[in-house]
Amino acid sequence: MIFEKVRNIITDQLEIDDVESITMDTSLMNDLEADSLDAVEIMMELEDEFNITIPDEDAEKFKNIGDIVRYIKNKIS
Amino acid sequence: MNLENKVALITGGSRGIGKEIALELSKNGVNIAISYINNEEMARTVIEQVRKNGVKGIMVKANVSKEEEVLYMIKTIEEELGSIDILVNNAGVTKDNLLIRMKTEEWDEVIDVNLKGTYLCTKAVARSMMKKRYGKIINITSIVGITGNPGQGNYSASKAGVIGFTKSMAKELASRGIRVNAIAPGFVETDMTEVLKEDIKEEMLKTIPLKRFGNPKDIANLAVFLSSCNSDYITGQIISVDGGMSI
Repeated sequence: MIFEKVRNIITDQLEIDDVESITMDTSLMNDLEADSLDAVEIMMELEDEFNITIPDEDAEKFKNIGDIVRYIKNKIS
Repeated sequence: MNLENKVALITGGSRGIGKEIALELSKNGVNIAISYINNEEMARTVIEQVRKNGVKGIMVKANVSKEEEVLYMIKTIEEELGSIDILVNNAGVTKDNLLIRMKTEEWDEVIDVNLKGTYLCTKAVARSMMKKRYGKIINITSIVGITGNPGQGNYSASKAGVIGFTKSMAKELASRGIRVNAIAPGFVETDMTEVLKEDIKEEMLKTIPLKRFGNPKDIANLAVFLSSCNSDYITGQIISVDGGMSI
């Protein structure tokens, strides 16, 4: 559930049509070629969607989508 | 001009250059919000004139150097007019003094309003512009931010700061369709320059090739152009409107 929401936000932001191509192992920067501004926008969208705050120092540690999903799961539980 | 139904915020829009920009944009169908601090009566007059041009107009009391007031202002405007398409960072103050006489409070106030205020307002509108993939930001700097001027160390530093900020934001936000430019007025006849002594004005006039002082309309004409899609290929530029004074 969280994964699907995260994936939708990312595919919307980066205008990716093939939603299914994104897995827990996908890297925002390396695989999806998101730039730093994309990453900031995605974090802001995630903050709104899940009603959480993601400090910059936390966001910097995300290596792949799985890290993001696990982080959000932790925050909202 | 393709400006109809856009929403513009002009900070410091109750008089001088800001007022003129508000009026000219409203003539082109732009809904107008202006901020003011003390001149409530003058702000109301501007809004009445704006509405006569058939657009919506609101005024918000806000000190642009205070983050919470800026955020409140933006929220109010978005609720009443919708998201902001055009931001004109115009609010500015002078506290002229020679360096050795300058008080730190005079330095701080000018930097806070002119530079920090520009940063705070830009930041507050950037997110919604990024989402829309479109926006126009126009910073009002000054020719003295390029040339320097004795007695205006604080003011010229703040305006030079605005120039650097303009260029950085143009690069940072270009991929999101946001254009950021600055207008550098020369000597424009407003309340701000009214206080200068006649002999100083005479001296300045000699340095202007076009042999007249500017008026707020000269600045507003460029602001309208930079707000419109006619200037979509222009970003990060500092355009002097000074009668040739800085050549």
